[in-house]
Amino acid sequence: MQETTTETPRRFDLVAIAAMLVAALAASIVEILRSPDPLMVIQAWTFTACIAGTCAWYLLYYRNGTPADEKGTYANNVIKAGVVASMFWAIAGMLVGLLIALQLSFPSLFYFPDLPWTNFGRLRPLHTSAVIFAFGGNVLIATSFYVVQRTTKARLFGGSLAWFVFWGYNTFIVLAGTGYLIGVTQSREYAEPEWYADLWLTAVWVCYLVTFLGTLWKRKEPHIYVANWFYLAFIATIAMLHIVNNLAVPVSFLETKSYSLFSGVQDALIQWWYGHNAVGFFLTAGFLGIMYYFIPKRAKRPVYSYRLSIVHFWSLIFIYIWAGPHHLLFTALPEWAQTLGMTFSVILWMPSWGGMINGMMTLSGAWDKLRTDPVLRMLVVSVAFYGMATFEGPVMSIKTVNALSHYTNWTIGHVHSGALGWVGYVSFGALYCLVPWLWKKQRLYSNALVEWHFWISTLGIVLYITSLWVAGIMQGLMWRAYNDYGFLEYSFVESVQAMHPYYVIRAIGGALYLTGVLIMAYNLWRTVYGNVPETSDVPEAALVAEGAR
Amino acid sequence: MKHEILERNSIFLLIGILIVVAIGGGVEIAPLFWVNGTVEKVSGMRPYTPLELKGRDIYVREGCYVCHSQMIRSLRDEVERYGHYSLAAESMYDHPFQWGSERTGPDLARVGGKYSDEWQRAHLSDPRSVVPESVMPPYRFLERTALDYRNIADELRANRTVGVPYTDDDIANAKRDLESQANADNDGVADMTKRYPKAQAREHEGQQARITEADALIAYLQMLGTLVDFNSYRADAPENRR
Repeated sequence: MQETTTETPRRFDLVAIAAMLVAALAASIVEILRSPDPLMVIQAWTFTACIAGTCAWYLLYYRNGTPADEKGTYANNVIKAGVVASMFWAIAGMLVGLLIALQLSFPSLFYFPDLPWTNFGRLRPLHTSAVIFAFGGNVLIATSFYVVQRTTKARLFGGSLAWFVFWGYNTFIVLAGTGYLIGVTQSREYAEPEWYADLWLTAVWVCYLVTFLGTLWKRKEPHIYVANWFYLAFIATIAMLHIVNNLAVPVSFLETKSYSLFSGVQDALIQWWYGHNAVGFFLTAGFLGIMYYFIPKRAKRPVYSYRLSIVHFWSLIFIYIWAGPHHLLFTALPEWAQTLGMTFSVILWMPSWGGMINGMMTLSGAWDKLRTDPVLRMLVVSVAFYGMATFEGPVMSIKTVNALSHYTNWTIGHVHSGALGWVGYVSFGALYCLVPWLWKKQRLYSNALVEWHFWISTLGIVLYITSLWVAGIMQGLMWRAYNDYGFLEYSFVESVQAMHPYYVIRAIGGALYLTGVLIMAYNLWRTVYGNVPETSDVPEAALVAEGAR
Repeated sequence: MKHEILERNSIFLLIGILIVVAIGGGVEIAPLFWVNGTVEKVSGMRPYTPLELKGRDIYVREGCYVCHSQMIRSLRDEVERYGHYSLAAESMYDHPFQWGSERTGPDLARVGGKYSDEWQRAHLSDPRSVVPESVMPPYRFLERTALDYRNIADELRANRTVGVPYTDDDIANAKRDLESQANADNDGVADMTKRYPKAQAREHEGQQARITEADALIAYLQMLGTLVDFNSYRADAPENRR
């Protein structure tokens, strides 16, 4: 890196990246040498390996001076890397999901008494983090880098900083995931990584914001396109949520363990303010950014309504933040906060459907393409699932419904109709678009395989969510059932026993969904490395039309 | 349409977003720190003993919260199944809270004292040996792993930094208190229970010298929900109504 900087003295980006990498390496070597905590030593070795790998990658990438990709109109290689990482983490994360579904279905087959790292309690956070933050995060980073360049007609800001964001973010994923396996966790749902991983993510995230915002500054288009509003809201709000929710005091700087700054009821609301808005801003706002670029692009139609996109953007981000308390109904959280949270959760239905309508109606005049283009169909069905999940959510946040649904499998089913149907499908649609565009291919290797992917995974989703609807409602009803003498009808374990068939059906649904993703990976692989003819006619320009102008 | 100002200036857009997303959290969260009655005034709450704290660390480490809640809702069937609905005061020393969001297994907020230590030990090692229908993972390794408590004083200190009222005395005696609670025949027990009322020191079967992770976790489970004195707690008193 030093050599490169001396060759081209204006490469501040490389100097800054080198400084961050050296600081990270130094800190991690101190931990290896001084820490009395064996878990910290393992984490530090893992981190060192990742950082050393990143350094090696940089040295190789810049060994012959500035690589060709940095001279083109747009930075594409980092997006290609993001696409590959997305597919890798999708398969890894869903495989873990399938394993833990099988553990609940057949506990005597899939548990190993002397292998602590295979237990449900450690693998379940690995599954959620791998699919949400590793798969979803890489999709968001890759698509946001693609979209912001095309809609601003500007190259990514910060030279090589985008690459640092990519490697740094994936380093965070590896550090967090391996940490759960050895027992390093804060046990805050969706915020499990410990303090040092959180600090590293904060540094990476600031670089992400700088790259994104800097590209907006450089733009050659007067307007900031609507997809970028959503991406910016996602990046900025996640920063706020991440920092506040992870405030903690480590036992010492040489130990993995930390204690959160807040306790009890305050901690609960801060955690669910974070947790629900990880859904709202990571899994919704970010992926709406994808919707607002890829659906109009693929359908070759302008966004349905410019006015609706303004109204639903501001109302969505304003209202979402209030919805956290619906995770804490009938708990020790003060009643006024519960009522406020429930009210805003119900109101949230409206801006959510505003987004759905804007995405769906973009198909106006192009509905026939749903028959011929399975990729567009996947994108549109994702919006339909978004609409379904964002209707189900407000219903479940009504106190009387929540009294039944909370703590049951219904919640898991609800989350997966959003995660598999909305987040999964909109990501797959975007990746199916991106691969031919980035690798300059005329088309995908096989549209028939996309059809197979679509139908197999749709069947998987249907099995998944219907089985957990039944399971969840049954659980809720069994817990509150009274017999003729006024006693509780069922012991708790009877409700566990009743779950068995539904857990099995859920696992089958998950296996089908994973099968679809494997088909997709094969299809994308053959698109890149097979004999699909090249083309120079890729959609490099900005959007065909915007409702705005 | 003035929205154009935001669409043409990325910094205005960013500031607009930050203002809009800051409001909801501010209005809902900030009052919890100063509104009286958010946390009820109860008698009996005390910080965790060093052994219980270590047990709680293991509870957190193993991710028990993904299947077990520690929050009994104020619903008839829950109160009859698990006991008095949970009070905010009962998790006032929990950094972080472990209320949970899912009941793949039952609520644990008041599991303390419901089963014997022996039952807990057998259940942790092989859940299906005592509850055949259970889907819980086996935790046999806890029984076979010596508890690492070299840093227990630092842990108390870190808890004090975040607001748990451990005294200098508690911190100085942390290691000894931990060992006394794990071995009932240790002569520090009286001293320990003076610092931590209602703390249960336990007989240790077999290898006396070795305190295992299972010992710590069981000490934690056996105290859950046992601290607050519900005879003196008036749920209907105006200051406790919510």
